[in-house]
Amino acid sequence: MKQRKMISNVLCHVLLAVLGFIWVLPIFYVILTSFRAEGGSYKSYIWPKGFTVDNYVNLFNATNSMIDFKRWFLNTLIIAIISTIIAAFFTICVAYCMSRLRFRLRKPFMNLAMILGMFPGFMSMIAVYYILKGLGFLETGLLKQFALVLVYSGGAGLGFYIAKGFLDTIPKAIDEAAYIDGATKWQTLIHVTLPLSKPIITYTLLTAFMGPWVDYIFAKVIMGQDTQFYTIAIGLWTMLEKEYVEYFYTQFYAGCVMISIPIAILFTMTQKYYVEGVSGAVKG
Amino acid sequence: METKKTNPGSADAPALRAVLPNNARPLQVIRESNAISKLSFLIFGLGNLINMQIIRGLLLLAIEVGYIAYMVSFGAAAMGNFLTLGTKVQEEVWNEAHGVFEYIPGDNSMLCMLYGVITIVLTAIVIAVAYMSMKSAYCTQKRKERGMPIPTFKDDLHSLLEENIHGLLMAFPSFGILAFTVIPLIFMILIAFTSYDRDHQPPGNLFGWVGLSNFAQLFTNGSKLAATFWPVLGWTLIWAVCATFSNFILGMLLALLINRKDTRAKGFWRFVFVLSIAVPQFVTLLSMRTIFNTNGPVNILLRLAGLIGATDSVPFFTNATYAKITIICINMWIGIPYTMLSTTGILQNIPGELYEAARIDGANPPTIFRKITLPYMLFVMTPNLITSFTGNINNFNVIFLLSGGGPDSLDYYFAGKTDLLITWLYRLTITQKDYNIGSVIGIMTFIVLAVTALLTYHQTGAYKDEGAFQ
Repeated sequence: MKQRKMISNVLCHVLLAVLGFIWVLPIFYVILTSFRAEGGSYKSYIWPKGFTVDNYVNLFNATNSMIDFKRWFLNTLIIAIISTIIAAFFTICVAYCMSRLRFRLRKPFMNLAMILGMFPGFMSMIAVYYILKGLGFLETGLLKQFALVLVYSGGAGLGFYIAKGFLDTIPKAIDEAAYIDGATKWQTLIHVTLPLSKPIITYTLLTAFMGPWVDYIFAKVIMGQDTQFYTIAIGLWTMLEKEYVEYFYTQFYAGCVMISIPIAILFTMTQKYYVEGVSGAVKG
Repeated sequence: METKKTNPGSADAPALRAVLPNNARPLQVIRESNAISKLSFLIFGLGNLINMQIIRGLLLLAIEVGYIAYMVSFGAAAMGNFLTLGTKVQEEVWNEAHGVFEYIPGDNSMLCMLYGVITIVLTAIVIAVAYMSMKSAYCTQKRKERGMPIPTFKDDLHSLLEENIHGLLMAFPSFGILAFTVIPLIFMILIAFTSYDRDHQPPGNLFGWVGLSNFAQLFTNGSKLAATFWPVLGWTLIWAVCATFSNFILGMLLALLINRKDTRAKGFWRFVFVLSIAVPQFVTLLSMRTIFNTNGPVNILLRLAGLIGATDSVPFFTNATYAKITIICINMWIGIPYTMLSTTGILQNIPGELYEAARIDGANPPTIFRKITLPYMLFVMTPNLITSFTGNINNFNVIFLLSGGGPDSLDYYFAGKTDLLITWLYRLTITQKDYNIGSVIGIMTFIVLAVTALLTYHQTGAYKDEGAFQ
C-alpha cells in the first residue's frame, strides 16, 4: 500500500515536471533568442552561437526610421496614462451607481450593457474609425492618438461588472449609518465608500492601464500605416513583417522581454488587489 | 423580471414613493397632469417658468430652441439625405484651362447616414427631455397642490449630490457609451441593410438601401457567401467549445494535482505556471507563431531528433487540420494556468467531509472527481464558463496573431480555414471593404452570442441573487 502511494506520488511529480517544462520552455526560448548574437531570423539550431546585449541596446537606438521602439514606448505610455484616468473614472462612477443606488433606469441600463457587450467589440470600432475619419478626425498622427484614447476610454462605463461586484460586498448598513449621521449621498460616496474601495480602484486603474499595452486590433485599425505613432503591440507585430523580420527578429524578442517585465509586475499587482477585492471590503 | 424587494429603511419604500411626486410613474404623470403640465411637453419649461422656477425653465426652453434651430438649419436636410443616402454622385470634369480632371464633390453616403443617425439619436434625447419637462411641471404642480415648498434652482443643484446623484455620476459615462458604443453600433447595424461594399465606396460612389438582400445572400443555398458562412460558424462553435472546456477541465485537473496533499513545493509549481500568464498575451501569441513557424524551433527540434527529414517541416499553420489542432493546443498553454489560478481557491472551499465520506464508502479518485469535484466546480464556475465561452467566440487575438485565419481557401469568400466569424469580419471590412457583409456577419455573431448567453445567464445564481451579500 505504502509502495503504491509512493509510486503515484513520484508519477505526479514527474507529470508536473514535464508540464512545467512545457510551460517554461517557450518563455525560456524567448529570453534566449533575445540575447542571440547572430542576426537573421530562423536558424537551423536552437542554442545561440554567441550572446550579446546589443539587441536591447539597439532597441533604444533606432537605426531604422520605421522601427522606433523608444517612440512606440512613449506613445503607448502617454495614451495609457490618459485613457486610464478617464476609463477608471467612468468605470467607478457607473459601478457605484449600479451597486449602491437604486433608480428607475438601473435595471434597463444593466440589461443594455449586457446586450451591448455581446456585439463584437470592433464592430463598433470600425464604425468609430469611419465616423472619426468622415469627420476629419484622422488627418494627423496626433489626432489619431487622441482618437485612440477616446476609443480606449469612451465605452469604459460598460465594464463595471467587477467593480460593482466588489462594491456589492460593502454592507449597506455602513451607508445607512452615514445617512443617519446627516451625510449626503455625495459625502457618503467621497468619505465612506471610496476609501473602502481602494483595492478595487487600484485594480480598475491597473487593468485600464494595461489595456493599451496589450491591445493590438484597435491600435492597428486607427493607426494604419503611420508607424511613428504606433503603440508597442502593433510595433512589435510590424517587426515580424516580411520586410523587417530578417533584421529585427532578435530585437523583436528583446522587445518582448522589455515589455513583459513591467506588464508582469503590474499583473502581479492586479492579482493582489483582485484577491483583496474579491475577499470583501470590510472584514467581519 | 425584477422582484421588488421592500426594504423599509431605504428611500424607495412604497410609502415615500406615494408622497414624493418625483417618483411618479410615467402613466401617473400623464394621467394627473393639468393643462399647463401637459403643455410643457410641447413648450419645454412652461410649468416651471409659470411657477417662478426661472432658471430651470429657461434651461429646458433653451434645449428646445437649440433643437429647433438645429433641425431647421441642418437636421431636416440630414434626415432627408438619410432616407436616400445621397443622390448626387461625385463627378469628374475635364478642366481645359489647367488640363486636369477636376472633381465636383457629390453626396457622401456615409456622412449622410452618420448625420441621419446622429439626428435620430438627438431627437430621441429631446423627446426624453420633453417628458422630463412635463414631469418637472407635474412635480411643481403637485407640490403646489399639497402646499409643499417649490424647489429653487439651488435646491435642484443640491439634489444632484443627494437623491439625484446618479444623474451626476452617470452623465459622463453614459455620454461616452452613447458616442463610442451605441451610435457606432446603430450605424454599423444599419450598414447591413445597404450596398456599402467595395464597389460602392464613398466619396467616389454612392451606396443605397437594399433591405434584407445581404441577409438573403447569406442564406441562399449555393452562394459563395453561404458556403463560407456555415463552415466558419461551425468552426467558431467547435473552437469555442474546445477552447472553453479543454481549459476548464485540464486547468482544474492541474489545480488538483498541485493541491494534492502529498505534492511538494506547491508554491514553486504554481509560480512556474503563473509565469506564463504574466507575459502579455500578444507577446506569447507572436512568439508562438514564430516558434511553430515552418523554420521555427519546434520544426528544428523535430528535424534534429530525426522525426522528420532535414528539410521537411510539420505544417503547423499551413494545413487546415494541423492549424486547428495547433491553435487549440496553444490556447491551452495560455488558458490552463488561468483556470488553475481561479479554481485553486474554489477547490479549497469544497467541504472536506464530502471527500472523507466518499472515501469511507470506498469511492476511487476518478469517481470522487466525477461525483463531487466536477459538479461542485460546475455549479460555482458556470457564470465564468459562459463568459469565457462568449469570449472565445470573439477571441480575435488568438486566431489573428497565430494563423491570421489561414490557410486560405479558394472555396471561401475571403476567409481562411481557421477564421472565426470575428476574424472573417475583420478581413471583410478592413481588407476587403465589404462593409455590408461584414456588418451582417457582426449581427450573426451577436445572435449566436445572445442565444447562448440569454439561455444560460438568467439561470445563474449570480444574476438572480445579486443583492445576496448586502
